[in-house]
Order: sequence, then structure tokens, then C-alpha cells
Amino acid sequence: MIVAQQKPISEIAQMISDCKKVLFLGCAGCVTVCLSGGEKETDVLASAIRIKRTLENNPLEATTFTCTRQCDPEYIAGIDNLVKDVDAIVSLACGVGVQYLAERFMDKWVVPAMDTKFAGGSVVHGLWEEKCGLCGECILHRTGGICPIIRCSKSILNGPCGGSQYGKCEINKDIDCAWQLIYDRMKALGKLDKLMEIQPLKDWSKSRDGGPRKSIREDVMIDE
Amino acid sequence: MSNLSKLQQVLDSDQFAVTAEIGPPKHSSSEGIRHHAEMMRDYVDATNITDNQTAIVRMSSIAAGAHVLNSGIEPIIQMTCRDRNRIAIQSDLLGAYSLGMCNVLCLSGDHQKFGNHPTAKNVYDVDSMQLIENLRRMRDEKVFFCGEAIKEAEPQFFIGAVANPFADPFEFRVDRLEKKVNAGAQFIQTQCIFDMERFERFMEMVRERGLDQRVHILAGVTPMKSWKAASYMQNNVSGMIVPNELVERLKNAEDPKREGLDICIEQIKYIKEKVKGVHGVHIMAIAWEEVVPEIVEKTGLYPRPKVG
Amino acid sequence: MPEFEPKIVAFCCRYCAYTAADLAGSMRLQYSPNIRVVEMPCSGTIEHGLILNAFEKGVDGVYIAGCNLGDCHFLKGNVRAIKRVAAVKKILDEIGLGGQRLEFFHIPASEGTKFAKVANEMTERIRQLGPSPLNKNAAGNAQKEGGQTV
Ligand code: SF4
Ligand code: SF4
Repeated sequence: MIVAQQKPISEIAQMISDCKKVLFLGCAGCVTVCLSGGEKETDVLASAIRIKRTLENNPLEATTFTCTRQCDPEYIAGIDNLVKDVDAIVSLACGVGVQYLAERFMDKWVVPAMDTKFAGGSVVHGLWEEKCGLCGECILHRTGGICPIIRCSKSILNGPCGGSQYGKCEINKDIDCAWQLIYDRMKALGKLDKLMEIQPLKDWSKSRDGGPRKSIREDVMIDE
Repeated sequence: MSNLSKLQQVLDSDQFAVTAEIGPPKHSSSEGIRHHAEMMRDYVDATNITDNQTAIVRMSSIAAGAHVLNSGIEPIIQMTCRDRNRIAIQSDLLGAYSLGMCNVLCLSGDHQKFGNHPTAKNVYDVDSMQLIENLRRMRDEKVFFCGEAIKEAEPQFFIGAVANPFADPFEFRVDRLEKKVNAGAQFIQTQCIFDMERFERFMEMVRERGLDQRVHILAGVTPMKSWKAASYMQNNVSGMIVPNELVERLKNAEDPKREGLDICIEQIKYIKEKVKGVHGVHIMAIAWEEVVPEIVEKTGLYPRPKVG
Repeated sequence: MPEFEPKIVAFCCRYCAYTAADLAGSMRLQYSPNIRVVEMPCSGTIEHGLILNAFEKGVDGVYIAGCNLGDCHFLKGNVRAIKRVAAVKKILDEIGLGGQRLEFFHIPASEGTKFAKVANEMTERIRQLGPSPLNKNAAGNAQKEGGQTV
């Protein structure tokens, strides 16, 4: 899932300081799962900013709603009536949701309440970690199911670098060296010989470096 | 045009090579590097020119290399993968070769987190292994990294790489060295050796696989000024092993600087005489360049052979 | 000017603090009449939003009372409550209402006296802080007492 984290309340409040009526819009997708932008968090944020604004003698009328998914035009079409007379929408979805809102509600001030961080999952309740760099051409079959693109601090494809020590990455003793993990796994699988193959230059054009990407499945597209 | 590497000639003629290191300054004057180069000129075969070492912005390694070359020493241009993509790497190295530089050392580079611009975006488009392989292809197959032909004047670099016997997983370090040799590395400089026992184990594995016959290995050494410096490296530099005895020896010394130099001299002598398969020594006197001549003299490595 | 009488909500766990409140009553202990006790199935059922709502409604102070560490009927409810209270205190500081208006207390079922003591302490603390700027009935009061209105 996409993992996002709420920005400081004061920053969000600043973005809407001149608005009187604001819709706080949560998302029931990834950000609900990573406990940052679901229904509960949306209510708390709205409540906090409402209090802040009252204390500043600049009262705010804040309403809240949580969409099934903000990254799907179908679902945001359903909130037209909630948006009608607000000055701004504070989106608690990932950056994708914010953009869908901005596209649909051309005349509204749409602002992000979240910092969208990474594609990952949870380790324990309350802790999430990055797992995939969305590189567009997965090589996990060559690296024992551990992603060097994003989990190695230098995205090294022929690791580990000389900074790997005691299983940890050179940048931080709390971060596992991805290449140590890859080595251990390949060893356990009896496939160390695979690591002797020189991994060629990566085609980053399949990643973000090729410009914004699209993914298509023609068989499910509905013909006009 | 083809530049002839003096370092390569020394190594290929089975002579024990000596390289040192010059760190470019954090400003735009070449005075200091020229001074260091002149001082070391007769004592080393070539000097590394570091590439924004520890991710601190410094004069570019290639520009500094030009000054060093003008001062009469052959530079080994360090090229890290941190700051340049494959376009910039090739372009810069074509430029370096055009200026008469013929040795290049390929490294990943320290993460920018350690430097003075920790909020920078890193590149890592290419890794050190791929850099080695593609520079070899540039030279031997006359092609750019993309495969397109280089019509004329392909750069014929003497290609170096690094190996760290002190990083983990230890068993894989020799594999990775072999991988680098397969990729095209012609000489290897190791991380600073303080743990001689581990280095010897590493070299034993290297010899078992005959890698010392396929690549020139230069043992990295660093003279230390104080026990504090040693203990800093021991605790804060990932991929280093500094035994406690060494720290203690410096701590108990009356003149720690002298002791640091003596230790370094002993290490070089030991490596040269006892550790088979080592073809040279790489002296990294970080911010202490002036001691290089003394170290070279006292280890019997002076005068340097005349080649070319 | 009459002394400010704060309105305080105490969210009390049924297994400890709420029982302690009963006990305090039957022991005929005098404690602050400013406290409104809300019975909770466990202190761990408290939520960030609930606390903020109470403040939005105009209460001057809130506290959550749960069992001693290790005594929670649901094992770790009180630990969770403590963490949530800390998080909301941070929010209250950030938005200018002040985290001191919120607290967590351990009050075992057998300690009627502690219940009374906490009630009195909290009342005194909030009295010192003055009315919440969101407390409409005491709004004029807040200005005079230099409450936290900006
Ligand atoms: S290799 Fe690419 S697609 Fe696969 S996990 Fe890593 S970043 Fe994601
Ligand atoms: S220590 Fe490991 S994870 Fe960190 S940069 Fe080096 S190879 Fe990558």
C-alpha cells in the first residue's frame, strides 16, 4: 500500500488560514490502513484545526467525510454536493487523491494534509516500512525477493558496498543492509552463484525517469 | 591519442607500486594540491584524487587531477556513482582522458547523509560494478554505455576498483572482488588495513582463487595521528575494523604521531614481505600528506622505478 | 468576582476508577463537585477524537483514569490510553489550548481516597489555568483572566 504521514497541524492550518468553510476529506484506502488519513484521523484533524481557529478568533466551519477511494473518479463524483459550498478541501489521501480532487473541483482550493512517503507495509502495529521503489521492471527474482532498488540506500544492483557491516547499512545502524539480506537468502536457497552474474545497467526509463507512466489493460476497457 | 599509465607499467613489470591520496580543497585555489603533489612527486607512482569524499563538496576530482598532472604526478581519478548519471560519468571521463589522465578508480561513493549536503538527491544510476564493466567496454569494444559505437579516440583507461576486506559478509568479499575482476578491474585498492589478521585471511582466499594473478592488489594503509582518530574510525566509520591493541598502543605512546607513523611503516614492511599476492601499497594519509615521503623512504620503497 | 468553577470530564474505567468513585461516595469523602464522571468499559477505549470533542463542547479539563500498570482487565488498555493521552496532549499544545488541560491517572478500585484526591487536584490545576477559551459560558471570564485566547 501507499504509506503517508500527516503533516504538522500548524502547516495544514496555514494552507487554509483564509478559508471559512472547509471540507476535510479522508480516504478509506491505504491511508486508513496506515492509520494516517482514515475516518478517525480526519475527525481528529478537523476538530484540532477547528479549536485552533476558534482560539485565534477566526472560526472555521469544518465538515468531514471519508471517501471509499480518492484515487478513483467514480468515488469522488459522489461528493459533489459536499464540496458545493466550501472554500477549500483538505485531503487526507495520498498525493494521488489530492490530484484527483483538484482535477474534478477546478474552482476549489485543494490542499494536501499528508506527506506521501512510500510503497510499503507494516512491520508491527504502528510501524511501516518501505519495500518497493516502483521501478517499473521488477528484479526480485534475481535478488532473493528483497528489493535492492529501494532497500539499499544506494540502489546498488551488484552489492553489497564496502559500507555494509554487521548486517547493517552504512547510513544507519538501525537499517538492515539489503544486500546482506539478499546474500543470506540466496545462500539459504543455495543460489549464491546467481549473485556472481553482473547485473547490467538498469533501464530507468521504465521508472519515473521515463516521465509519468501509464498502465493499460485493454481487455477491461469499455468501448464507447 | 593514447595515454600511457605509469602506474600500469610499474605494476605490469612486477614492481611493488606506491600510490597515495590527495584530497581536493573546499575552495577554488589549486595551491594546496600543487604543493602536495610536488612534495610527493618523486615518492609515489600515482595519487588518487578523491571525488567529493564523504559527500563533502570539494573541487572536482578531474580539475584537481589536472593540477596534479601539471605538477608532475600521475592522477588516479576517483569516480563515484553518487553524483553523476551515466551521461555525466562518460562525459566527465572523456574530458579527463583528453586532459591526459589515464587511471580511474570506480566506487559507489559515501552516502550523502555523511556530507555537508545531506538533503541532496543522490543519483546511483550506475553502480561501481557496472561502471567498471562499461569503462572496459568503452576501451575494448569501443562503445558507449548504451552500446553505440565510439567512432574515434575511445578512452583507454587503466581501470581500478576498491575492495573492503573488513566489510560484511566477509565470505562474499572475495566473490565480489572476483566479480569486479570479471567486470574488468585491473587494479584494486583496499580499504585501510588495521586488522592484519583479517586481511591475511582475505588474501589467502584471493590466492586460492588465483585472483592475485588476474589483478593488481594494492594494500591500503593509513597513518594515524592520535588514539582519538583511531577510536573514531573504530566506532563511527562503517566497514572499518580497528583492533583495540592499536588504539591502546597510540594511547600509551609518548609521541603518538611518531607512533602512528611507525605503526604504518611496520604494516607496509609486513605486507610487502609477508603477505603474498599484494602488488603495492596505497597510502591514505588523510590531511597528513606531508608524511608520505618519509613513509616511502623508511619502507625501502624509495626511489621509485623509472618507467616509460 | 465569583471564583471560576471549572467543568471537568473524567473518563473512568469501570474496573478501577469508576468503582473507586463509588467507594469515595460510600466513604462519604468530599471531592470536587466540578467533575463529571463518564463510565468506560476500559480506559483503553478512549479515543483522540472523543477527547477533542469534549474540549470543543467547552469543557475546561479532561482526564482519563485507568488501572495501575499490569492490572488492566484487558491486559494493556491502560497502556494504550496513556499513549493516546500523550498524543492528544501534543495536539493540544500545538493548537494552543495547552496539554495541561488533559491528564491520565492510575486509580485502583480500592482507592476511594485517591479518586477524591485526583478530582481535587485536577480541579485546582484547571482553576489555575482558567476557563477554556472554548467554554462559551465562561468566555468573558476567560478574557479577564488572560486565558489562552490569542
Ligand atoms: S525491483 Fe522494482 S518493482 Fe521490484 S520491488 Fe524493487 S522497486 Fe519494486
Ligand atoms: S550498506 Fe548495504 S544497504 Fe547500505 S548502501 Fe551499502 S549495500 Fe546498500
